[in-house]
Amino acid sequence: MELISQHAKRIMEGCKERARDAGLHFQNESLEYIVTNRDMLELSPKVMIPTLYDYWVQDVEVLKESGRYELYPSNPYETVINTRPAISFYNDNNPDWLNVMIFYHVIGHIDFFQNNLFFRHTWDYDFASRALSDKRLIAKLRSEKGRWLDYVIEFSRAIDNLVGYFTLLSPYAREDEGRKLSRLDFFFDTFLQNEKKVSTVEYIKELEKYNALIRKHPEEGEFLFIEDVKSRYSEFESRYQKKKSGEKSTERLDIFQFLMEHSEFLNREENQWMLTVMEVVRSTSMYFQPQIRTKILNEGWASYWHETLFLQDDRIRGHEVDFAIVNAKVTSMPRVGLNPYALGMRLFSYLEDKANKGRISMDFMMLKDKESRQKFDTNIEKGRDFIFSVRENFADSMFVNTFIDQDFVDLHKLFVAGKRLNKERMAWQYYVKSRKARDYKEMVLESLYHPPSIQMQVLADNTLQLNHVFEGKPLVQDYIKGALLGIEYLWGGQVYLDTSEVVPPGPLSQLEGPDEGHAQPEIAWQRVRYRMQDRKLSRKTLE
Amino acid sequence: MMQKLLDFYRSLQEKGLTAEQERLIGLELEQAARPGGLDHQSRQDFRRPKSLYAYSDLTMLEEPLRPAVLSLSPTHSLDELLDRDRQREEDGFPRKIRIGKLIKQGRNGDDKVVVVPTTVEEKLYHDQVRAREDGEDGEGEGGGEGGAGEGEEGEVIGEQPVREETGGQGGAGQGGGEGHEIESDAYEMGRILTEQFQLPNLRDKGKKRSLTRYTYDLTDKNRGFGQILDKKATLRRILQTNIGLGRVQASVPIDPYNLLISPDDRVYRILSKEKDFESQAVVFFVRDYSGSMSGKPTELVVAQHVLIYSWLIYQYQNQVKTRFILHDTDAREVDDFHTYYNLRVAGGTQVAAAYKLVNNIVETENLERDYNIYIFHGTDGDDWDTTGKETLPQLEKMLTYANRVGITIAENGYGISGSSEVEKYVRGSGLLESMRHLLRLDVMSKDSEEGRLIEGIRKLTS
Repeated sequence: MELISQHAKRIMEGCKERARDAGLHFQNESLEYIVTNRDMLELSPKVMIPTLYDYWVQDVEVLKESGRYELYPSNPYETVINTRPAISFYNDNNPDWLNVMIFYHVIGHIDFFQNNLFFRHTWDYDFASRALSDKRLIAKLRSEKGRWLDYVIEFSRAIDNLVGYFTLLSPYAREDEGRKLSRLDFFFDTFLQNEKKVSTVEYIKELEKYNALIRKHPEEGEFLFIEDVKSRYSEFESRYQKKKSGEKSTERLDIFQFLMEHSEFLNREENQWMLTVMEVVRSTSMYFQPQIRTKILNEGWASYWHETLFLQDDRIRGHEVDFAIVNAKVTSMPRVGLNPYALGMRLFSYLEDKANKGRISMDFMMLKDKESRQKFDTNIEKGRDFIFSVRENFADSMFVNTFIDQDFVDLHKLFVAGKRLNKERMAWQYYVKSRKARDYKEMVLESLYHPPSIQMQVLADNTLQLNHVFEGKPLVQDYIKGALLGIEYLWGGQVYLDTSEVVPPGPLSQLEGPDEGHAQPEIAWQRVRYRMQDRKLSRKTLE
Repeated sequence: MMQKLLDFYRSLQEKGLTAEQERLIGLELEQAARPGGLDHQSRQDFRRPKSLYAYSDLTMLEEPLRPAVLSLSPTHSLDELLDRDRQREEDGFPRKIRIGKLIKQGRNGDDKVVVVPTTVEEKLYHDQVRAREDGEDGEGEGGGEGGAGEGEEGEVIGEQPVREETGGQGGAGQGGGEGHEIESDAYEMGRILTEQFQLPNLRDKGKKRSLTRYTYDLTDKNRGFGQILDKKATLRRILQTNIGLGRVQASVPIDPYNLLISPDDRVYRILSKEKDFESQAVVFFVRDYSGSMSGKPTELVVAQHVLIYSWLIYQYQNQVKTRFILHDTDAREVDDFHTYYNLRVAGGTQVAAAYKLVNNIVETENLERDYNIYIFHGTDGDDWDTTGKETLPQLEKMLTYANRVGITIAENGYGISGSSEVEKYVRGSGLLESMRHLLRLDVMSKDSEEGRLIEGIRKLTS
């Protein structure tokens, strides 16, 4: 890998200036590299992070059975990676005008990475350098532990889609201490009543003391009161700190943390190194979580800006047609399929237009009359501001759920395509299934990444019980064995997995040809328990 | 054609059929009776839509610059990966590497197979809800795909042949050329199968015929006269003679001028006739391509046949000829693997027709004299000749010349497991026991995976 030429870098810097003028906001430094096919071969299994730890699976093609692939995109690789400085990759022989377009696209991504709140936890450090130290750590452990290190990586990766991403994210969402226990509350609610067990009279005395101080010193009253309390009760501060740290441990643990904390096997002296490996896998997975959850937004945002900024750029006049060809390919809606670039970009443009006309408002929403809806325009021109706030605060699921409406679906002639088997022609036929916004929205939401939610619990006989919270979907059955095998290893004992599965249809219904005017069969669910013991999987139905 | 099937059906009815047989035959007849049912299917290209997450900047923005297939593997060779995999088994974990994606490139006679080591990272993922057990039936999956453009609700906008995915694209390089294929020919594939999956080597079975060729070479030695003097051997003899005569002694330096040379000491090489033993094999791949085979059974059978083919090529050092036979109620020979792989009809099933054709070919071309003959037959086990009355005599005849007949039954899931017609009458005939060294039968369910296929080959060939 080598850096792009000085000439191309100058173009990039020009793009940055123009992007800033348009309101985008990002760190000034960025690194651009030329990649060859050979580089790509090594980079793509490492999701474009050159410094990611080595693992043998990166050397074979990971099977993506086409139908199911969409459910677990494990490699959301981009031209840009979210590091500090942001790194982006280019082909060697791009013409200048194409580079300008790609630079704008890249800047769109960088702006998104550095401003969207779902990336909040990636803002404080540089992932590339952290990955490098992890990589060295793993390499060192591999030289000591040999293939067992790879087993631990494998088993950790078997659960790396279950990391507690939102738990990690939630503290960032609170600007202040939030609803955390204050000293004052602790003193009155817990300390006096539960620990000192003071009488009501004494309690009210304390209360009056506090009120008096507040009246006297509205600003520092609370501080003075607490100082006074501390002098009178020397144990107060330590009690308070203890209570506070106790509160923290009730936070929800994800499956990694749970295993690391509760597994006897992992906490044995000789197995401590496994904890390190698990932490590396966990934090790496955390880093990728927001990217999978913002595919439509991120690509839409980048596409919106590469189009807007390219067309305003005075440096590449004369290449509008070239641009149009590439741009059309990137941002056209496929006849059947879901192009995140196209969908996201259209949504942003749609929202900008709507906000410009003041249509994101109660007044407009209450309006029932079709004609007045079409004419509604308050000319407030708040479109840009609005889409900037969307780019800051939304993830794909919210974006789709909030903003896809019938007007949008009609505007772009969207529909849900169904697929059915035509036995005479031995072919799958695609047909227009629905043009309703509700169906379209549901279809998009359905295709979004959504890992299962698993709760952990230890039973009396030291069995780890995993409870898959039912959300109307089964687990991929074929993979349960492999995943549980890994969890059993890390747990060091028997593992149960309770999940829901569709009750198989009776033998009769199979013989009926499905093509003869069938009604949708009713789906019945049953709860089943998988048990993994000594690397053997068994399954039984729970009542 | 349809008439012929119906006539045949009636003649069977006269001979008496059980209700179960009636039902199975009825199913196939029904498929055949549909318009277009008996024609060989042609294809229209309507690609399966890409998923949301299959789009990436590198393919979208800079697409044409990257080749789809890169034929090198970054740091590990296939052998190393397989070694690692065997080690897993010893450590008590299941194997993870699959030798997937066998692609037969080119239509005519070139044996290119692309070996792609693949694996799955198993995790707990949400699946789509399938009301039916078999995802291929019914309404298609989930809530449908996205779409854009004109068209009324209900209007058909395109189609995609059902078996497209098996047609040889293999899905390699999906997502923009990140596939790491290792190209190798069928021979290499066979080597891997033999060595890594511990498939048996072929044993000489006594009955093996060898084609004797003669080559002429200067290999024999002759004393006294001949075509070329073998100087080294001659010198050795001279020394022997002289030691015997006491003219050469250990401590005294040898003066070559003093050595005596007897005429017999001169060793020559002469041209001689060498027998060259060389095995050759001809393999018949026989496949049922009737309606009931469509989908999974066909895939399994064909995949297994590719593997067997590779393995034999390795065993016979490329001296293998292949013949491809397809059958429904009639049998036909097709020219190449491509056709063999892809052709599909919706007719009935009659195994005897295929066996008869094989016997005819062997007889008329006199293959028995010069070749080891292998016959591998893949079927779902349905046969309208339910008792094997016609099939068994043909099978017996086959066993008189074949080195191995292997029958694979990939159950289609229509009937009851373990009770397909073919399985019943082959087992009933007692041939499996009496001709154990020649005839093998392997029954697998339609959900079998690659490991099972290789296991099956071991069964069929050991």
